[in-house]
Amino acid sequence: MNGVHDMGGMDGFGKVEPEPNEPMFHADWESRVLAMVRAMGAAGAFNIDTSRFYRETLPPDVYLSSSYYEKWFLGLEEMLIEKGYLTREEVAAGHAMQPGKALKHGKFDLSNVERVMVRGKFARPAPAPAKFSIGDRVRAKNIHPATHTRLPRYVRGHVGVVELNHGCHVFPDTAAMERGENPQWLYTVVFEGRDLWGEDGDPTLKVSIDAFEPYLEPV
Amino acid sequence: MSEHHHDHDHDHDHSELSETELRVRALETILTEKGYVEPAALDAIIQAYETKIGPHNGARVIAKAWTDPAFRKALLEDGSKAIGTLGHVSRVGDHLVVVENTPQRHNMVVCTLCSCYPWEMLGLPPVWYKAAPYRSRAVKDPRGVLADFGISLSKDIEIRVWDSTAETRFLVLPMRPEGTEGWSEEQLAELVTRDSMIGTGFPRRPGAPS
Repeated sequence: MNGVHDMGGMDGFGKVEPEPNEPMFHADWESRVLAMVRAMGAAGAFNIDTSRFYRETLPPDVYLSSSYYEKWFLGLEEMLIEKGYLTREEVAAGHAMQPGKALKHGKFDLSNVERVMVRGKFARPAPAPAKFSIGDRVRAKNIHPATHTRLPRYVRGHVGVVELNHGCHVFPDTAAMERGENPQWLYTVVFEGRDLWGEDGDPTLKVSIDAFEPYLEPV
Repeated sequence: MSEHHHDHDHDHDHSELSETELRVRALETILTEKGYVEPAALDAIIQAYETKIGPHNGARVIAKAWTDPAFRKALLEDGSKAIGTLGHVSRVGDHLVVVENTPQRHNMVVCTLCSCYPWEMLGLPPVWYKAAPYRSRAVKDPRGVLADFGISLSKDIEIRVWDSTAETRFLVLPMRPEGTEGWSEEQLAELVTRDSMIGTGFPRRPGAPS
């Protein structure tokens, strides 16, 4: 979706402001939100792409005015309601009012913690040969899916070069919508800065994205 | 809460809580009551994030690459596999790509769409990495972003920005600082900063305050 989360190349957000000696969390509740998202994901309530999509679909003004963990919290709450794990009445009451729905991987207890600290595996067997080879010139398609995609707007329509082939991975566009993993070849595609930003762009800049094969067309 | 109406401490506590904090607490209560999560398991996740991950993991990898040419080569060929051979580093995902800074090229990592970050190597990302100014400008004006960090690069150096748009994760291998000949891995690791592995900083120089 063409949402405000797709920020690459936008102007007006000001300077980057690093915080010296930044703590891992700025309040205890942030750590609880992180833990709840990781736990409910590991328990099978949602996949990582779905959780990203719920954050992206927050209203633009909410997205831009909320802190990072506020967005995580708002996305989590809405996703759990829509997936039937809790109700708006329960949220309003602050307590459970009916029994829980079965979780794919069961209750998240202490025995599951180790699993959360290992990054998920996204490589899958290839359903078909790769269409592109390293060195190929490819165009990022001019597509505007209304649902989740990992093709940022700033590269759409531009020509780049395939630099790396990462094998076949879970395709976020379908996984986010719970329409299956639909594995696709994944490539690093590199673009010249001036092709993206015009003649005023930094001539020394090259930008790459990791692009799934359905995002690309041959040139 | 009505049963606590006369409990001044309790009321005071709650008046200090933000709306977000109250909502987060309520959600955890619901998830616990419905049997989805064990609060102790949430505590354990947080503890693991606080103690097991952090830039010290990445720093050890970089320091080894600076001292061991065979490891450096393996690391650049397959980051996940090479790091997997180091038993002491926390388990890394399958899709870590290590990119090398050279006198001709400087690498910088961003996630314009959200906050993708090699947390096994660097810990949880800082707020600036997840915030709009960095995400919007890194791919268009990386030299301007570097200026915000107080650093500048010569005009003839290529800047390569890696936008983490999939589950691949990128770690920058910075250049080894001069004046560190003969240093041990442990000494070198002390010079490797988090930002130098994102590409928004350089390693500390020998003798500089840590």
